[in-house]
Amino acid sequence: MDWETVIGIETHAQLSTVSKIFSGAATQFGAPPNVQACAVDIALPGVLPVLNKGAVERAIRFGLAVGGPEVISRRSVFARKNYFYPDLPKGYQISQFELPIVTGGAISILTQDGEKTVRLTRAHLEEDAGKSLHEDFHGMSGIDLNRAGTPLLEIVSEPDMRSAEEAVAYAKALHALVRWIGICDGNMQEGSFRCDANVSVRRPGAALGTRREIKNLNSFRFLQQAIEYEVRWQIETLQDGGSIQQATVLFDPDTGQTRMMRTKEDAHDYRYFPDPDLLPLVVSDETIEQIRCELPELPQAKRERYIRDHQLSAYDAGVLTSSREVADYYEDLVKALGGGHKLAASWITGEFFGALKRAGLEISQSPIGSRQLAGLLQQILDAVISGKTAKDVFDAMWNGEGEAAAIIEAKGLKQISDAGELERVIDGVLAANQKSVEEYRAGKEKAFNALVGQAMKATRGKGNPAQINEILKKKLAR
Amino acid sequence: MFNSTLKQLSALLAQKKISSAELTQSYLDRVARLNPALNAFVTVDADKSLAQARAADALIAAGKAQPLSGIPVAHKDIFCAKGWRTSCGSKMLSNFVSPYDAHVVEKLNAAGAVILGKTNMDEFAMGSSTETCYFGPVKNPWDRTRVPGGSSGGSAAAVAARMAPAALGTDTGGSIRQPAAFSGICGLKPTYGVVSRYGMIAFASSLDQGGPMARSAEDLALMLNAMAGFDARDSTSLERPAEDFARLLEASAADRARPLAGLRIGVPKEYFGDGLSGDVAAAVEAALAQFEKLGARRIAISLPNTGLSVPAYYVIAPAEASSNLSRFDGVRYGYRAPEYGDLADMYAKSRAQGFGAEVKRRILIGTYVLSHGYYDAYYLKAQKIRRLIAQDFTAAYKQCDLIMGPTSPSVAFALGAKASDPVQMYLNDIYTVAANLAGLPAMSIPCGFGEGGLPVGLQIAGNYFAEAKMLHAAHRYQLATDWHLRQPAGVE
Amino acid sequence: MPLSLPQVKRVAWLARIEITDAEAAAAQGHLNDIFRLIEQMQSVDTEGVAPMAHGQDVVQRLREDRVTESDQHTLYQAIAPQVEDGLYLVPKVIE
Ligand SMILES: [Mg+2]
Ligand SMILES: [Zn+2]
Repeated sequence: MDWETVIGIETHAQLSTVSKIFSGAATQFGAPPNVQACAVDIALPGVLPVLNKGAVERAIRFGLAVGGPEVISRRSVFARKNYFYPDLPKGYQISQFELPIVTGGAISILTQDGEKTVRLTRAHLEEDAGKSLHEDFHGMSGIDLNRAGTPLLEIVSEPDMRSAEEAVAYAKALHALVRWIGICDGNMQEGSFRCDANVSVRRPGAALGTRREIKNLNSFRFLQQAIEYEVRWQIETLQDGGSIQQATVLFDPDTGQTRMMRTKEDAHDYRYFPDPDLLPLVVSDETIEQIRCELPELPQAKRERYIRDHQLSAYDAGVLTSSREVADYYEDLVKALGGGHKLAASWITGEFFGALKRAGLEISQSPIGSRQLAGLLQQILDAVISGKTAKDVFDAMWNGEGEAAAIIEAKGLKQISDAGELERVIDGVLAANQKSVEEYRAGKEKAFNALVGQAMKATRGKGNPAQINEILKKKLAR
Repeated sequence: MFNSTLKQLSALLAQKKISSAELTQSYLDRVARLNPALNAFVTVDADKSLAQARAADALIAAGKAQPLSGIPVAHKDIFCAKGWRTSCGSKMLSNFVSPYDAHVVEKLNAAGAVILGKTNMDEFAMGSSTETCYFGPVKNPWDRTRVPGGSSGGSAAAVAARMAPAALGTDTGGSIRQPAAFSGICGLKPTYGVVSRYGMIAFASSLDQGGPMARSAEDLALMLNAMAGFDARDSTSLERPAEDFARLLEASAADRARPLAGLRIGVPKEYFGDGLSGDVAAAVEAALAQFEKLGARRIAISLPNTGLSVPAYYVIAPAEASSNLSRFDGVRYGYRAPEYGDLADMYAKSRAQGFGAEVKRRILIGTYVLSHGYYDAYYLKAQKIRRLIAQDFTAAYKQCDLIMGPTSPSVAFALGAKASDPVQMYLNDIYTVAANLAGLPAMSIPCGFGEGGLPVGLQIAGNYFAEAKMLHAAHRYQLATDWHLRQPAGVE
Repeated sequence: MPLSLPQVKRVAWLARIEITDAEAAAAQGHLNDIFRLIEQMQSVDTEGVAPMAHGQDVVQRLREDRVTESDQHTLYQAIAPQVEDGLYLVPKVIE
């Protein structure tokens, strides 16, 4: 009998502010221990929190991107989540509980079966905790509070995903979106984007199964592996007649397994209550409208526009909107070309991405800028070189040999488009390949290609293929 | 000199009849003489105080005197002052030397005042008798077998015994007003948000408010001028134009005999019911009669939810406190148990040993009322009742300008009398906690004597931002009476 | 409803305060006295009353996103119970 997997994801996206959510300390990654932990961050007696406007604006940007003004709470409240832990200096985390800043919204993802919508439950502002370092300090742990107070947006999805692949597609789409709208740098190694996955299994049509939460997955690969392992484990447990206990588990990348952290029984009693040091956060329609105006065109809208106005395939439009950098590159390119959308799209998704991948580079590190690539594609559009030759020119450009026009000139790669010269060459080819001519006339289409190939060879690849085709057809028709 | 007002001291300093160094030294000498018996101060640092005094003298000499230049002021040991041990009356912080200044401390320093020392208090301001402190109880200067009230009992005793011309206090449920009443001095709790809480160690964040303690309404106004003001580091600090709280004091009345003509004084019937002792009732009645003589009109009002204020307060204050005091875990500062096993054991032992019985009791209450399954029945219910109480005042202030009544149901009780009965101790706050719940300003001034020759306090409460009006009424009363000038015997 | 002894102990555990059996028993008595006082609240109908968190009906002020704090860890750690290499030391944290 079949099993259905049900997955919901909670993501902590670190907001890209320069200062902390409730203090004026810096948020830069990698500082020596505790040098970015100010009086508020280490919770000296008597200190108080004041909310960072930059964090609020970023949360609003997110709300606008996933649902528009109606998902943004005009009034939200910060609460205290009380528990004792050495990396939590106040003994409570300031977080939004009953009234989060964003309620609802959705993210659309591409799956094998096409586009799918994942609904969001909420997104709320909160502060990050510090770090416990477990290297041995005479059998003790060291506490670094530099990260304490870093602003986070916790984004909670509905349990709408049905496979590890969908979960990863969701995480990737969300990752692209937060970077797209400039609220999070998305650096997963540095912990700027971390996912918790709530996983359960059930018989199709049955009520939701008991879920286990896998904590702190900081790569898409771990997310996939952890869910796959967890699903297998849950199904096997149920098939062996066992039952699933609600629990929090950790994924161990070394073993590829999840292990129990705590069960529901020893879950904390967080004693949430509104933080009396902070007042209700009120956001006006004007503020929302102002932030909306400054928002870039969103990936979804761009994708639709590329398909509609640029006649791109859904696949190409999807790839070109996978990140803001890629979309910007594409748009700069077609702007410089003054058109050529399909050519630009196929070059970016083909040759260009291939080269980046081989070199292990990000698009921002590409040795060929969009203007340079436009210079190359313009030569194709102007029929100066063939697409095939263009690939050689591209390689030369990649190796830093200069602009397309200069390379074509220097290497003499310019196409022969002179009709008289081409007719002379083709006459020679026809004379030397009578056998092929006869075969063609006898109805063998393939022979035509052989003749084209010979003509190209005779021009050392520089003959304009379209013209060669045309002249050959004319001469053979006689 | 020890009976001089702030204004008089200021004049002496300005006229260079005395230097701040001399003034400060004579107060330090007095503290050294009287404190062993009263235990009002927990920290005195003559070098620091005198350095500040000499700096004030230099500014005065340079013609750059500020309103409080050179005047020594006692600080309740709840205000963080850089380089000063700031213990909050607790073993937990008995080794905590603050690395920073509270906003109020910055403001007083900027106004030229000298920190005379840190005063004793109930541990983390939790108490109404200044008996719960780690450093031993404070004695009432009027009768050393009695409590001075609390939690700002050290500040109250210091001012009453003329060990300081003025002091800082904090008031979460009456902690300025009740010790002022018990010790025969004046104390004012401002509107919530008028004085910054930054650097004032938190007890119950939504109720705590710092305020002045002194011997007259006039001195309170001068002190409040120095303490009040917007602070961007406190989200609950109110952004309002600067206000001179003494502005109504100098104005000459149209009717000299009846300077308070037109003032409507609301007298809530609930403040005069069972539980109010006869001596206090009599003194308050006499004071009300005096106000009528000064032209004020007495209006009978009702604050129907008064009886619920103590129950609601003893849910909200401990709830907030239980969370505020979680930071005292022995990790970054403060007391850590000398021996422990694992991490949880270090927390549990450090907190069990570092906190006293009353603090632990309130942490337990607060933890319980916030815990799963009880939040709605206790915390949320109390927050709703809090609104009902605030609405009582809103309705009342449609009928009257100020509300007057007793500050406390009795005069100062004996040391140890209520220490073992928390409920009796808590009920002592019956007339004071409502102002904190509503965020309203209220003050206490001496209005006579009761049983055992102990002072009685009159509570004067006002609507939001009515401090100047309250101070004006109190000042007129003090011009016509001399209760505030009386001083305890044995502290000459 | 009166607190049981296990409840008192659980609350003390939540608050991370070590409590002996004798202390728990004493605390139970006091707490139940206090809760009898608190229970008076239940006699009032608060249906439809909005909870009140602050005396003033004001909203949260926002701070500009600027770095205003500098490194003070030496000053702050001078009063710490145990530090090493700039880190606060605690008994081993086990996840
Ligand atoms: Mg979560
Ligand atoms: Zn979170």
